[in-house]
Amino acid sequence: MKLKGSEIIIKCLEREGVDTIFGIPGGSVIPLFDKLYSSKIKIVLTRHEQGAAHMADGYARASGKTGVCVATSGPGATNLTTGIATAHMDSVPVVAITGQVGRHLVGNDAFQEADTTGISRPITKQNYLVTSAKDLPKIFAEAFYLAKSGRPGPVLIDIPVDVQNETAEVSFPKPEIRGYKPKTEGHPKQIKAAIEELKKAQRPLIYAGGGIILSGASRELTAFARKFKIPVTLTLMGIGGFPGSDKLFIGMPGMHGSLTANRAMQNCDLMIAIGSRFDDRVTGRVDAFAPKAKIVHIDIDPTSISKNVAADIPIVGDCKVVLRQILDYASKKNLKLNFSRWADDLKKFERQKPLKYKKDSVLRPQYVVERIYELTKGRAIIATEVGQNQMWAQQFYKYDSPRKFLSSGGLGTMGYGFPAAIGAKVACPKEIVIDIAGDGSIQMNIQELATAKVYGIKVIIAILNNRYLGMVRQWQELFYDRRYSAVYLGDRQSKNYWPDFKKLAEAYGLKGIAVSKKKDVDAAISEALNCRETCVIDFRVSEEENVSPMVPGGATLDHILELA
Amino acid sequence: MKYTIAALVENKPGVLARISGLFSARGFNISSLAVGETEVSDISRMTIVGIGDEKTLEQVVKQLNKLPDVIKVIDFKNEEYIERDLVLIKVQADKKTRGDIIEIASIFRANIVDVGSQSCILELTGNEYKISAFTKLLSQYGVKEMVRTGIIAMARGKKTTK
Repeated sequence: MKLKGSEIIIKCLEREGVDTIFGIPGGSVIPLFDKLYSSKIKIVLTRHEQGAAHMADGYARASGKTGVCVATSGPGATNLTTGIATAHMDSVPVVAITGQVGRHLVGNDAFQEADTTGISRPITKQNYLVTSAKDLPKIFAEAFYLAKSGRPGPVLIDIPVDVQNETAEVSFPKPEIRGYKPKTEGHPKQIKAAIEELKKAQRPLIYAGGGIILSGASRELTAFARKFKIPVTLTLMGIGGFPGSDKLFIGMPGMHGSLTANRAMQNCDLMIAIGSRFDDRVTGRVDAFAPKAKIVHIDIDPTSISKNVAADIPIVGDCKVVLRQILDYASKKNLKLNFSRWADDLKKFERQKPLKYKKDSVLRPQYVVERIYELTKGRAIIATEVGQNQMWAQQFYKYDSPRKFLSSGGLGTMGYGFPAAIGAKVACPKEIVIDIAGDGSIQMNIQELATAKVYGIKVIIAILNNRYLGMVRQWQELFYDRRYSAVYLGDRQSKNYWPDFKKLAEAYGLKGIAVSKKKDVDAAISEALNCRETCVIDFRVSEEENVSPMVPGGATLDHILELA
Repeated sequence: MKYTIAALVENKPGVLARISGLFSARGFNISSLAVGETEVSDISRMTIVGIGDEKTLEQVVKQLNKLPDVIKVIDFKNEEYIERDLVLIKVQADKKTRGDIIEIASIFRANIVDVGSQSCILELTGNEYKISAFTKLLSQYGVKEMVRTGIIAMARGKKTTK
C-alpha cells in the first residue's frame, strides 16, 4: 500500500482504536492536521499544549484506553513535557505525537526546533525520532504496545514535517520488541511462599497502589481482602481500587494518611504490597518504616521491588494475574484464615480517631468536599489539582470504584486537574466529572475554560479558594515560624479576590457561582450539577485551614501531628 | 565495590543517550563505558564498569533490563570472565631513556607503535592491574598523553551472552 506519511499516521491511529486526540497544530504538524481534518478522529483543540497532555492523561486514567496528544515542534513539544512527565510518574498510557523540523534542518537550530527526543527521554517509557515514512507503522505499533503493556507509561513519537509528506510503500506489522517481555505471571514458588507467610501472620495488612487500577485488579483485590478479612490501605494512586466504604478499608497511609492506616503500617507483622512502590510520601523515614513486618511485594516492574524497602518475598507479575494465582492457590488448599480481630481493632481505633475538622458556622474546605460527596452520591469522577485540595478530596470523598479519582500523585503537578477532568469527560460522557481545585493551581491551566465552552464539555470546577498556596503556607506555619513567604494570592490592600472566578467564568460564557456561606454550599453544588455547561464554583473558604493529620517530612510514621 | 556488567542493546540512535541518562538521573557511578558492534550487525554491546554496593548493582541491572532497547544484561559478579582494556601512552623518551622504556615495554609485552626524537607511543592490552602497573612504571619518564578504551569483558568457557 502506497501512502503519504500523514495518511499512514491516521491509519495507525485508527488501527489502535483512537477516537479522540487533544492538541494544537503548528508549522511542523500541518500535514498531519490536514489529514485529521478529513478523518473520523475527533480533534479537541486546546488552548495550551500542557492542557492537551493532561487531557490525554485524564482520558486514559478515566477509561483505561491510551490517550493521545499532538503538538508542533519546539515550543509545542516543550509545552507538552510537564504533562508527559506527569503521566510518566503515574504510569499512565499516553502517546504524544510531535512535529519536528524537516530532516535536512534537524540539528541546525532551525526555527521552532528543539531536541524533542533528547528532552523527553527521561520522562518517557520510550521515544522515537522517525527518519523515514516507511518506519511509521512499526513505530506506532510499538509505541501503543509499550504505552499500554507492562508498567504503562507515555511514549513520544517525533515526526519531521517532510516525513509526514513523504510517500512510502507500507504494511502494518504486529509489534515485536526483542528487549521487552513484561512478565505477567507470578512465580508459583513465590505465591506459595506468600501464602505460607500469611498463614503465620497475626496482623497482615494489604498496602495497594496504582498497580491495582492499571491492571484492573479491583475485583480480585476485594475478593482476597474479604476472604481472609485483611485490612486494606490504599495509596493516593490506588484510591478506588478497593471500595472506600468497605469496613476493611482504613484510609490512605503516609504523610497525610489516616492515623489508622499509619498505625496499621507500623504494627502489622505482614505487609502485602500490591502495585505500590514505597514512595517517600508513604514510608516517611524509611529506616523506621513498618519495623515489625515481613514484606511481600507484588509488582509488574522489577525495579520497584526492593528499591526503597527490601522485600522478603518479591513477586514480579501483573497484580490481577498474581492475585488470581493467590486466590486459586488458597482455594485449592482450602485455606481458612480470618484476621477480623485485627481488622476490628483497627476499626475501633478509627472510630476513636477519625479524620476530622472543626464543625462550626465557618465555611471550611473539608465541608465542601463532604457535600460534593453526598450530593453526587459518591458516584462522580473527581479530578484534583495538587496540594491541600488534593488531600481533602482524598480524605472526605469515598471512592467505591476504580478510575474515579484522578490525581497527579508522583509528579504533583498543579494545573493537572481541570484539563484531566475535561479528558475524563470526553472519555466518559455519561459520568459527572468534578475538578476539586485550589485557587492557586486552577490558574495554571485556566485557559482551558475556552476548550470546555467551545466543545460543550461539561465539568464542574469546585475551587476551594483560600487565597493561599495552601500547602506551602501550611508548611511555613508549622515549620518556618509562620513566615508566609510568597504564598498569599490575595490583595492585602483591597481585600478583594483576584481574579473574581465568577466573572472569569462568565467571560468565557460559562456559569460562575461564588459561595462564602456554609448554608449556600448545597444550592451551589446542585445548581452546578444541573447546569448544561461547565460551571465554576468559587468556594471562599477559611484561609488558614490545615490538612490533618500530618507526618512531617523525614519523620517516622509514628510521629504524627494532629492539626484538627 | 567495583562491578562489571555487559548489555546487549539495539544498535540505533538514542540508545547510548538513554543508558547514560539512566546512570546520571539515578546517581549511578560509571568508571568506564565501552560500546561496539557485535557479531550481529544490529546489536551493540556495552561494557559498563561502575562503583556501588550490592543494592545499587541490583538496581542498575533491573533498570537496564527495563529499557525496551536493552536486549540482555549480564552481571559478571559470579562469573569467570576475561576483561581487557587497551591503552595508548605517549611517553617522553630521548636517547638516554629510550632503552629503558623499550625494556619495560617488552617485559609487559606492549607494542611500540610510534617513535619520535622526544617521545614514543606504547600500546598495551590487559586487565586493569596490568595497565596500572605499566602506567605507574612509565610515569617516572613523564607521560605526555594517555588514552584508554575502557574495559570490555567476556565470560570464560562455553557460556555466551545471547
